[in-house]
Amino acid sequence: MKEKTHIAGSEALLLTLLEEGVDTVFGYPGGQAIPIYDSLYDYTDRLKHVLVRHEQGAVHAAQGYARVSGKVGVAIVTSGPGATNTITGIADALMDSTPLVVITGQVPSSLLGSDAFQEVDVIGITQPITKWAYQVRKPEEIAYAISRAFHIASTGRPGPVVIDLSKDAQVGTVDYSYTKVTHIRSYQPAPPLDLTQVQVAADLINAAVRPLVLVGQGIILSHAEAELQTFVEKAGLPVAFTVLGLSALPSNHPLNKGMLGMHGNVGPNRKTNNCDVLIAVGMRFDDRVTGDLKTYAPQARVIHIDIDTSEIGKNVPVMVPICGDARQALSALLPLLRPATHDEWLAAFVSDEEEEENKVIRPETHPDKGPIKMGEVVRLVSEATGHDAVVVTDVGQNQMMALRYSRYNRSRSVVTSGGLGTMGFGLPAAIGAKFGAPHRTVCCFTGDGGFQMTMQELGTILQEQLNVKIIVLNNDYLGMVRQWQELFFHSRYSATVMVNPDFAAIAAAYGIATRTVSRREELPEAVEAMIRHDGPFLLAVQVEPCGMVYPMVPAGSCITNILLG
Amino acid sequence: MKLYTVIIFSENIVGVLNQITVIFTRRQLNIETLSVSPSAITGIHKFTITTFTTEETVKKVVKQIDKRVDILKAYYNTDEDLVHQEIALYKLSAPLFVAMDGVESLIRKYDARVLFINADCVVLEKNGHYDETQALFEELSARIGVLQFIRSGRIAITKSKIERLSDMLAKLQQDFTKN
Repeated sequence: MKEKTHIAGSEALLLTLLEEGVDTVFGYPGGQAIPIYDSLYDYTDRLKHVLVRHEQGAVHAAQGYARVSGKVGVAIVTSGPGATNTITGIADALMDSTPLVVITGQVPSSLLGSDAFQEVDVIGITQPITKWAYQVRKPEEIAYAISRAFHIASTGRPGPVVIDLSKDAQVGTVDYSYTKVTHIRSYQPAPPLDLTQVQVAADLINAAVRPLVLVGQGIILSHAEAELQTFVEKAGLPVAFTVLGLSALPSNHPLNKGMLGMHGNVGPNRKTNNCDVLIAVGMRFDDRVTGDLKTYAPQARVIHIDIDTSEIGKNVPVMVPICGDARQALSALLPLLRPATHDEWLAAFVSDEEEEENKVIRPETHPDKGPIKMGEVVRLVSEATGHDAVVVTDVGQNQMMALRYSRYNRSRSVVTSGGLGTMGFGLPAAIGAKFGAPHRTVCCFTGDGGFQMTMQELGTILQEQLNVKIIVLNNDYLGMVRQWQELFFHSRYSATVMVNPDFAAIAAAYGIATRTVSRREELPEAVEAMIRHDGPFLLAVQVEPCGMVYPMVPAGSCITNILLG
Repeated sequence: MKLYTVIIFSENIVGVLNQITVIFTRRQLNIETLSVSPSAITGIHKFTITTFTTEETVKKVVKQIDKRVDILKAYYNTDEDLVHQEIALYKLSAPLFVAMDGVESLIRKYDARVLFINADCVVLEKNGHYDETQALFEELSARIGVLQFIRSGRIAITKSKIERLSDMLAKLQQDFTKN
């Protein structure tokens, strides 16, 4: 409905959300959002509202939803504490380029600046962690501001937008009319491709003897998975992935050389400092990927394709900058490339792969004695789901194990907190992911620490009867911090020992099917039962207390300085 | 470390200054001077900011400012590329000023002018670079004392012939009407 006379601002908000293609929102009501929720009462047939248990959960759920669906995630919260509880999720979404529109209630505009009840300077607080933040004080502005918010959140390098909606804007009446915003003069979503640079890049790739492609989430965000595959196959290019780029190419593709960075695979990390041409696409050379910048790929000629001009040259000097959309850039490069195979170079990965397989992977995923290891749990879950599940992770050892040992058949199979490293992300993000991909199996790997940061969201799962599989990898430690303490702080386990509750009893209290496993013999059957179960399931696995995630490049160290255990 | 002048054109909306300053704050950059005013184009504001830093850093800062949605364009320049000016006001005791030797030659030497005078005080104005306004301040301080002193932020204009913003705006407008 593009026009409607004399309606409340809150209804204008909902009509605009519908025009923008929204069908699911995550939120939590409160004093300064009641008018929105009152209008929502008449729109439940068109807008599904998911009542979370904490506003942080609403934003993480919206992130999970956005990451698997490619749509903009929407969260609605009240002013003051409702708004401040969203901050972690918003900052996470900015770091990980996740399109979100977060709508915060605000006190009536006449009270702004007076320290009114539940007033907080949402715009001031969120400006540094949003792509755009804007306060709406008049009902006439709502349609335009919301449409602008969706345009900004979803185009260019996606990101979170906050719209702070004063109560008088919600209750005031307006003659509603909607026009989709498609242009903002001060905002250029994607710079036009410089075809000269594309040609220079093609010449470099054609002449390369040891090329290596590094792929980030930019491929997924620009829907360039098919172009990527054609690109690497045509020129015979080995390709490795950042955490957020995982699943852009199937795990079993022969050119897929695995994951980059601190806990990534040995091959691509070593080869980064041995390649002659480094082709980075839609990634930003995070310090967890590069390690020490001074010793990072000094020999390589670097081609960097990114839609965000400010990322080019930010961390790594670039020889050939290509600013623009990854899909357009790869499409432009493709016809300029000569078919090649690079057999010798590809063969050079084998010894690294074998070394990692023998020293790290097999002992972690197929142990025959001792306590259960995280890696074997992940392997079993991945196998039981036919490597086709959406893998949602929390942060820490559980995350690295889940990402390393899951295999991926198709894109948008990974939802994880990459840049911000937000513990507590997993469970609410899995809820959002299930709404975003209702026909896919959603498996949430979490640890005893992170799970307890947001486990109130089990209430959301109960209320929605949401079929999410939760795997708590319980080692009774804050495992990743404990690992650092063991390696770098003389095993002084300061504040990392956890005395934990009975997770199965907690799940049972929420009416969620559950099992606790501490013996290897029971594990495969328990995993199968979890996947077979038609509904939510929590599998609590007692794992090795002092397990380590290897390989590991110590923070700030050279990328080839890889610890293998 | 060198003094860089960052010139920014933005939409004239609430909160742009905060968006800019947080980018300086993140990198622990001190803003030496700041001047904000409407530009030649209605609805567009111009910020002139000076900061001591390295070229590598200022380049990254400018890119991060430029990518903000409400920013039209951000550049950086060094002093060689710019014609720049500051304005300084000096409040002096009127009796001491009148009694001072060589008032006229002092005013000529510094190319200053008298803006205001009454029985109590005189206000001088001087335009120029930092060193020039500072030199007058120091001389007056030493000789008769300065009751109040204020210096504006730098304003600057590039020496190159091209007015980059108007070109860019024309192109944006053209792209917009095309859509």
